[in-house]
Amino acid sequence: MRNIWTLAMREFKVYFTSPIAYIVLAAFAVIFGHFFTTSLAFFLHYSASVAAQGGGMGAPSLNVHQIVIEPSLGNLGIVLVFLMPMITMRLFAEEKRSGTIELLLTSPLQDYHIIAGKWVGALLLYACLLAIVAANFSVLFVYTTPDWKPVPVWLLGLLLMGGSMIAIGTFISTLTKNQIVAGVLTFFSLLMLWLLNWFSSYETSTFSRLCEYLAISAHFEQFNKGVIELKDLVYHLSAISLGLFLAKRSLEALRWKA
Amino acid sequence: MIQVERVSKRYGPKTAVNNISFEVDRGEIVGFLGPNGAGKTTTMRILTGFLPPTSGTAKVGGFDVVENPIEVKRRIGYLPEAPPLYPEMEVADYLRFVAGIKGIPKKDIPRRIDSVLERTASADVRDTIVGKLSKGYRQRVGLAQALIHDPEVLVLDEPTSGLDPKQIIEARGLIRSLAGDHTIILSTHILPEVSSTCSRVIIIDEGRIEASDTPENLTAQLQGPHSILLDVEGPESAVQARLESEPGVRQVSRESARGDRVVWRVEVGKDGAIPRRVADVVVTSGWGLYSMQPVGLSLEDIFLQLTSDEQEPGRGDDAPAAEEAAAVEEEAQDA
Ligand SMILES: Nc1ncnc2c1ncn2[C@@H]1O[C@H](COP(=O)(O)OP(=O)(O)O)[C@@H](O)[C@H]1O
Ligand SMILES: [Mg+2]
Repeated sequence: MRNIWTLAMREFKVYFTSPIAYIVLAAFAVIFGHFFTTSLAFFLHYSASVAAQGGGMGAPSLNVHQIVIEPSLGNLGIVLVFLMPMITMRLFAEEKRSGTIELLLTSPLQDYHIIAGKWVGALLLYACLLAIVAANFSVLFVYTTPDWKPVPVWLLGLLLMGGSMIAIGTFISTLTKNQIVAGVLTFFSLLMLWLLNWFSSYETSTFSRLCEYLAISAHFEQFNKGVIELKDLVYHLSAISLGLFLAKRSLEALRWKA
Repeated sequence: MIQVERVSKRYGPKTAVNNISFEVDRGEIVGFLGPNGAGKTTTMRILTGFLPPTSGTAKVGGFDVVENPIEVKRRIGYLPEAPPLYPEMEVADYLRFVAGIKGIPKKDIPRRIDSVLERTASADVRDTIVGKLSKGYRQRVGLAQALIHDPEVLVLDEPTSGLDPKQIIEARGLIRSLAGDHTIILSTHILPEVSSTCSRVIIIDEGRIEASDTPENLTAQLQGPHSILLDVEGPESAVQARLESEPGVRQVSRESARGDRVVWRVEVGKDGAIPRRVADVVVTSGWGLYSMQPVGLSLEDIFLQLTSDEQEPGRGDDAPAAEEAAAVEEEAQDA
């Protein structure tokens, strides 16, 4: 445990000694902030007009969840598809390039310490992104009294989705010395996973059902509605385990080959 | 402390280390000497548990590197050819990190950092960003990193490569100062390195051990006839004839000449009294003796003698090209 934490903390701190953390945080704050304020503006405009009509019987009741929170969180994933590769690309590629991987692999560590340390380190930076989300949402208190009961569900869903993406990126980063290559490969992999369920929208064949099942985007929808479903838990936990397992295998292969 | 038994390592079709066996006792400083591509780094990577051997067994402190890698790694401090430094960290932070992953108890870490910084004379760069260190300090911090958990065995891969002469002398002094407490294996392709630091030399070439002995014994063992260079003023043919007639002298040849003075190379047997007799002969014959210099076989000659292939005179030129090709190949594999 201590080994994993030592590795993770170094990873996390390193993000802030390079421009990466600031670029990712700033880009995320701008893009997510844009989605959020757009839906918030719509909500405010709509509720103002409903109020102007005297809140007549026919007017639908306004739900801040449906109009602001769900769309914002729904868009968050695609933002991550772009930003997550920047977080994960350096994890192993940089160590391979500079030779510091030799330090890790000759220290009394288990391979899973090294991989979990990297994963947790990246997850900590991702947690900073989630803090930006929380900061945005806290604005809602000014206008409404949202129901905060689903918060733990959202948090769980976001952590799992981010964790899956980071696990995939961690694996890809073990494959090359070149950070850019790792970043681009991770981006395309995540984009594929995100868009997979587009193929399934019009058909009901086995193939499209499979696409739907594999699409990472499909496994946040229920969390977003405040519902925890077993299939979503299984999906994300499998994705995390698979990514980390492949990373471990890749590290072993590196040893045999290097 | 270290037992290596019939270890081989193949990279695909290429055999980097070929059936080597050796032992290193506690407290020894052993130097691996061999040209680039000889297999020094590969052998060290096997010992440190970074690479598994293709066949054979290697043990450190009684633990097998494949079966018990964690125990082996606890006992070894390793300085790879390129010091494994994180450029964005401060030196002390870097050492704290390394101390953490080497499993040093948290409360001992500050003391260990102070101790290795002092030991490697790098206390003044404690708060410097690693990326800004000079080459000499990078090497010292690399060594500090290897020492942080006070390992029984130190494995240093080309610890003085890329340093300037003054730094090399400092580095050697540093390594010698570590000798008492640690068993040390270092590699080098530079000869003076081993004779100045090591208690034993293992000469390795093309993945095989060619010789293993103390630097002194290696010199003695290989010492064929020694030569004396004599700078003599006198009639050339008479000098040569007189020297050749002296018992114990095997051959006399002209090395160079300037006016009346000729420098002769006199090859003599192992009898220690000959140089003195040769000097007497020159002086009593009434010729002028300007200088006299014994020439022993240096380790450098031994090294050449041991590692040169008679059948391929052009080999010295081919080797770097082959190495470059291998490097390119490696890059291609990774991309
Ligand atoms: N990862 C690798 N893949 C393929 N060949 C390698 C690899 N590493 C080293 N070699 C080859 O193995 C031989 C020994 O290399 P090495 O142990 O680095 O020698 P040294 O350290 O003595 O210069 C060289 O011919 C080198 O090209
Ligand atoms: Mg080498």
